[in-house]
Amino acid sequence: MSAPIIEFKNVKKCFGDTVIFSDFNFKVEENEIVSIIGPSGSGKSTLLRILMTLEGIDGGYINVAGESLWHMPWQGQYVPANSKHLHKMRNHLGMVFQHFNLFPHMTVKRNITEAPMRVKGVSRQDAEELAEKLLALVGLADKADSYPNDLSGGQKQRVGIARALAMKPSILLLDEITSALDPELVDEVLDVIRNLVKEESFTMLLVTHEMYFAREISDRVCFFDKGAIVEEGEPEIIFTAPKEERTKAFLNAYIGQS
Amino acid sequence: MEFGEIVSVLLQGAIVTIKIVAMALPLATIMAFVFGLVRLYAPAPFKQVAIVYIEFFRGTSALIQLYWIYFVLPFFGITIDAMTAAVVALGLNIGSYGTEVVRGAIQAVPKGQYEASVALNFTASQRLWRVIMPQALVNMIPPFGNLAIELVKATSLVSLITIGDLTFKAKSLADTTLQVGEIFGVVLVFYFVMAQVLMLFIKRLEKYLSKGLGRGGFSS
Repeated sequence: MSAPIIEFKNVKKCFGDTVIFSDFNFKVEENEIVSIIGPSGSGKSTLLRILMTLEGIDGGYINVAGESLWHMPWQGQYVPANSKHLHKMRNHLGMVFQHFNLFPHMTVKRNITEAPMRVKGVSRQDAEELAEKLLALVGLADKADSYPNDLSGGQKQRVGIARALAMKPSILLLDEITSALDPELVDEVLDVIRNLVKEESFTMLLVTHEMYFAREISDRVCFFDKGAIVEEGEPEIIFTAPKEERTKAFLNAYIGQS
Repeated sequence: MEFGEIVSVLLQGAIVTIKIVAMALPLATIMAFVFGLVRLYAPAPFKQVAIVYIEFFRGTSALIQLYWIYFVLPFFGITIDAMTAAVVALGLNIGSYGTEVVRGAIQAVPKGQYEASVALNFTASQRLWRVIMPQALVNMIPPFGNLAIELVKATSLVSLITIGDLTFKAKSLADTTLQVGEIFGVVLVFYFVMAQVLMLFIKRLEKYLSKGLGRGGFSS
């Protein structure tokens, strides 16, 4: 088996006095789709935010695509990464946010073309062609010239997905991408992801509260609690025959709701 | 004195006032952006310089600042003409308030915008100028409008360093003709019209800059 595309080794992360991860270890293989479920405050989103370089770490190492994410070699040892190193590492990663975070002052099309053009130096023509392709993929071909504030939540999130895909990341991070949506809009967003993984292989790490979706799409499900993986495995096993009491209690609470 | 003559004398003063505003406003804007950004992003020593400038010019009287620049600096070998002193004093004074407008407006842009721009791998300067600043500018316009009007009104101080602005002309006219009602009536209208014209311009600017923003929901 090849080296994992993502590897956390003894990672420590605190917010002030609050310890999120004390000694966290985690691996994701290339083209693996991993869902992270668990109660809020368990460190699920923090995991994605650390990978996207939005949060630093307080100890340990993280490797992404064979290179250290938060450290770089310098004079024979590893030192904290500088902005140039982080810039290079971010090319592997793309993220879709819970609250979309679209750029409200740009049209939908420019939301998608801006980064490929400015960051990767893609020509305007190529970037716009790609944007049109991606907008068709997410079913919003007719919204290219709209502004984000004229879209529904579900439409905004589909633009958010298209925007992340435009940078062609090898790893896609989905941070509760349907949590801010009205229930009837959830499926239009999830369908985009369903179609996406049917057509291309992705390494995908998603934090979600949509249990049926996690079950259907994942290669592996990790149940998180208090900064640690309590239980992980194939979705069918986690959802039908969890071993740990905490997993059972969490899933029961969810099934009780729906 | 004929009313027409009064208006024509005051008009000359008003032109001087407009000239001062036209020069002090760009200076204030530049100061506001430079020191506002330094205050937010520069290394500590530069930040300290910005804080000293902001606190000094906000914390002391604009009139005394004007006196210092015009009357006291010559004792240190720096002599500048009254017009330059007026523009510098008012520009620095209003600019010091402006730094806080710039800073507040940038900080008011939702954090998610910064995060999305990191996730898309924009460089630090692209994040600021392509994502944060266009949204912050819209936040800045209303308070900047207030400051611009403050500036128009503060120009009346320059009459005290021998500049023949609107207030200066009005006072000398009033001293010689004693037609205080007519004179200061016209002066009020002049200042009011200047402020209104400025406000009209600012509203247009705001409308132009807020394309796509401020419509519908808050989160985007």
